[in-house]
Amino acid sequence: MSDSINSTMPPVVRRKVGSFGDRLFEAICRGAGIFVLLLLGAIILTLFIGGLPAFREFGIGFIWSTAWIPAEGREQYGALVPVLGTLITAVLAILFGVPVAFGIAFFLTELAPPWLRRPVGTAIELLAAVPSIIFGMWGLFVLVPVVQNYIQLPFGEALGALPLVGAIFASNNFAGTSIFAASLVLAIMIVPFIAATMRDVFLTVPPVYKESAYGLGATRWEVMKGVVLPYTRISVVGGIMLGLGRALGETMAVTFVIGNANRIATSIFDPSTTIASVVAMEFPESLMGSVKQSSLLALGFLLFVISFVVLAASRWLLRSRLK
Amino acid sequence: MQNGFNRRSLILGAAALPLAGTAMAQQATITGAGASFPNPVYQRWGQGAREALNLQLNYQSIGSGGGINQITNRTVDFGATDAPLSPAQLTERNLVQFPTVMGSVVLIVNLPGVADNTLKLTAELVVDLFAGRITRWNDPRIVEANRELRIPNLPVSPAYRADASGTTFVFTTYLSRVSEAWKNGPGAATSVQWPVGNGARGNEGVSNAVRNTPGAIGYTENAYATVNRLVTTQLRNKSGRFVVPDMASFQAAAAQANWNVPGMAADLVDLSGDTVWPIVSPTFILLPTNPVADRVAGSRNTMRFFDWAMRTGADAARRLEYIAMPEAVQAQIRASWTAVRDPAGAPITF
Amino acid sequence: MSATITPMPSRNMADARALGRRRRLVDQLVRWACLAATAIGLFFLASILFTLIIRGVAALDLTVFTRTFEPTTYGDPDAPRGGLYHAIMGTLVQTTLGTLIGTPIGLFVGTYLAEYARGSALGNAVRFVSDVLLSAPSILVGLFVYQMVVLPMGGFSGIAGSAALAILVIPVVVRTTEDMLQLIPNTLREAVVGLGAPKWKMVTLVCWRSALSGIVTGILLAIARITGETAPLLLTSFGNNITSFNLNSAMASLPIAIYQQANSGFPDLIDIAWAGALIVTFGVLAINIIARLLLGNSK
Repeated sequence: MSDSINSTMPPVVRRKVGSFGDRLFEAICRGAGIFVLLLLGAIILTLFIGGLPAFREFGIGFIWSTAWIPAEGREQYGALVPVLGTLITAVLAILFGVPVAFGIAFFLTELAPPWLRRPVGTAIELLAAVPSIIFGMWGLFVLVPVVQNYIQLPFGEALGALPLVGAIFASNNFAGTSIFAASLVLAIMIVPFIAATMRDVFLTVPPVYKESAYGLGATRWEVMKGVVLPYTRISVVGGIMLGLGRALGETMAVTFVIGNANRIATSIFDPSTTIASVVAMEFPESLMGSVKQSSLLALGFLLFVISFVVLAASRWLLRSRLK
Repeated sequence: MQNGFNRRSLILGAAALPLAGTAMAQQATITGAGASFPNPVYQRWGQGAREALNLQLNYQSIGSGGGINQITNRTVDFGATDAPLSPAQLTERNLVQFPTVMGSVVLIVNLPGVADNTLKLTAELVVDLFAGRITRWNDPRIVEANRELRIPNLPVSPAYRADASGTTFVFTTYLSRVSEAWKNGPGAATSVQWPVGNGARGNEGVSNAVRNTPGAIGYTENAYATVNRLVTTQLRNKSGRFVVPDMASFQAAAAQANWNVPGMAADLVDLSGDTVWPIVSPTFILLPTNPVADRVAGSRNTMRFFDWAMRTGADAARRLEYIAMPEAVQAQIRASWTAVRDPAGAPITF
Repeated sequence: MSATITPMPSRNMADARALGRRRRLVDQLVRWACLAATAIGLFFLASILFTLIIRGVAALDLTVFTRTFEPTTYGDPDAPRGGLYHAIMGTLVQTTLGTLIGTPIGLFVGTYLAEYARGSALGNAVRFVSDVLLSAPSILVGLFVYQMVVLPMGGFSGIAGSAALAILVIPVVVRTTEDMLQLIPNTLREAVVGLGAPKWKMVTLVCWRSALSGIVTGILLAIARITGETAPLLLTSFGNNITSFNLNSAMASLPIAIYQQANSGFPDLIDIAWAGALIVTFGVLAINIIARLLLGNSK
């Protein structure tokens, strides 16, 4: 412990006692890291093994089958409806949410007066902290009636009759719970994440680039469009994919407002279902070892695969920002 | 009312205490899961049992399918279901099944201007509404049957149970009985593939969905319709009469019940009789016949609970608009409990 | 041959001015659009909080905190009104246990990433996996714990619920611990080692201590996250209408109680659900704000 006293000696000589402590500590840390790896592996394995019987029963066609017949004796399950519902709601959520998130990020980094930035930024981040069941309840009791009474009932048929795009809106569902409502709720939920990522990324642009552009007489929007966005383009896409990953896995908020129909939605006003939603609804009722439970585990595995791909892509794109 | 209930239950509870066998100083707990159909009355009985039996009930209303699943997996003390299991299933899963109350499924609609119990629907109309063959409420066939009403021109929005539900089983049994096409199509089960409409969770969810959607039609257990002040409809029964969903028409159906069938699964759907409501059903409890050692107390306390409820809980059931089990059937139920045996093979008594 | 570079796109002053006006107009429009976008975001936050307050405060009184679950008073108006005591206790127990289990693991993993594995393949893999767990759908965690804990145990339990929550805590703590430890300048590390301290003491006594408020922030954020989780608890601790501290049996929690009572169909229970939603949301927001203040102070 006192080998630094003599100034002619080299400073660091590892002593045996410290060496043991070091090895132990490092082993604990590395062990924890490996534990996390094993944990993820165990989750994937559990879902995969649990889902195998469904694939054995229905073949690989399980993935694109639209059947969902729980009646005993005629049981048949397919993944296409929940998978499509998951993908469609997530993509729509991105479509609705990214412009808003961009607007917020631009506002916070360039347009807002300095005294306003902190409170507004905090408020947006608080939106991210609201638990998803609250979004579900708010969605069901507030948003769905609004969608129903101010959009579907007055305009639903008119929108459906439009020449080209009418097919997207034509539906005989007027209950408010629909793909549209679910996408809206998801969009609101992911806006804070995307906005925060965009804001962080916009702030990394070296000021000299922006100042040069301003010096040439560019407006703020032109600086954003011509300097900031191209510079941060890849990270922005990474942030969007992070939001997408989040939207894919959201359970409670979607379950309340999507209408829980095991049919493919041909219109955004149709009800449908997502993987997370159908698992939450039907897993507690499924019999251990039954083909239904296995189908739900297989769906869980598919969801994991989809989320994993999106998350991996997003991290790849954000890697320059991360380190 | 409240005092009478408590006094009677206190006296009976005091009489029951010596029978409690392994009476514990702290409160014993039983866990059950299943049908939302009887949830209001089970919770009310559970409340009374706290003082009367020193017993706490944790009942989770997750739907009949969930109840069947949890008790088959033995993760709870008892399961509750409106969809009875077949004798083969009962044997295979080592379960005994008995009814606790009878309730009815009613149709609820949200049609501004149409008052409670005024809309007349025939069985065929109900099938077509849920099959998507009728898409607007001012369809000539509906108007024809309801000439004295002004029915708004709204789109039809059916609401159904998204979770595996005994109420769905009862309702789709009715639909399958009155329509060959339905029987061969979606069929009768706790969960079917509905041709049109929106799914909601629990009787509660369907009530909510109907209450919030003009033009909606749904099916639900009677108590939920009453408490949410939803508009119910008349139905034409097998004898061709339009009946109103009230205690009299429910009792008329219940009176015809034949309990001497396997699993005590009396069939009360689409019975004949002038005043009979066509969709009535008992609701059942599932108990393991072979509980493991640390679940024996749970099985014993479950039987204690339902025994007490049968003797003293009829009043509470009636206030919530269920029909209690007649005395003769209660004896039959108690007899069925001798099938419940502890690991040593002896019947569990309480 | 040599072209003079004209700084303006056209030689006509009027055109130039028109172009300038158009560019300014576009800039103006975009500014308004961004303001609108921010207003939209704030509007939804306000709508949610407003709804919670209006609906929740109506039912919020002391009995919500002190009384346990009672069934609906429909049919029996003299019956006692219930509360959420059972759910609040259940959430406290499971959240505390989940945090106690998950935090040390997360702490050690974060330390591993920051101190031992910067740039190594194993470190990158662990970091990647941790991020996947961070964003993974929480219902899949519930499925996993159901298979691994609930089925072998033969029943739902508070311990299974705590395990699911612990799995959700780990990646949050990993991320913040690693970020905070990386902010510590290497010169500090070198100085401590130069004084002869073994590495583990350097990490624990010096690095952890100086990153403490950041680490605590991470723990608070993890707590805020798991307090609101419903889906994994549905499959693991199942919910209970009785106040119970027994970890071997089903346990109540606030999100599940809210979910069940909101779907109960009885107006008095729905009111209590809103009160519960109010409690959860404001609790979570308060934790977030405290964490933020702490982080602000540490910087």
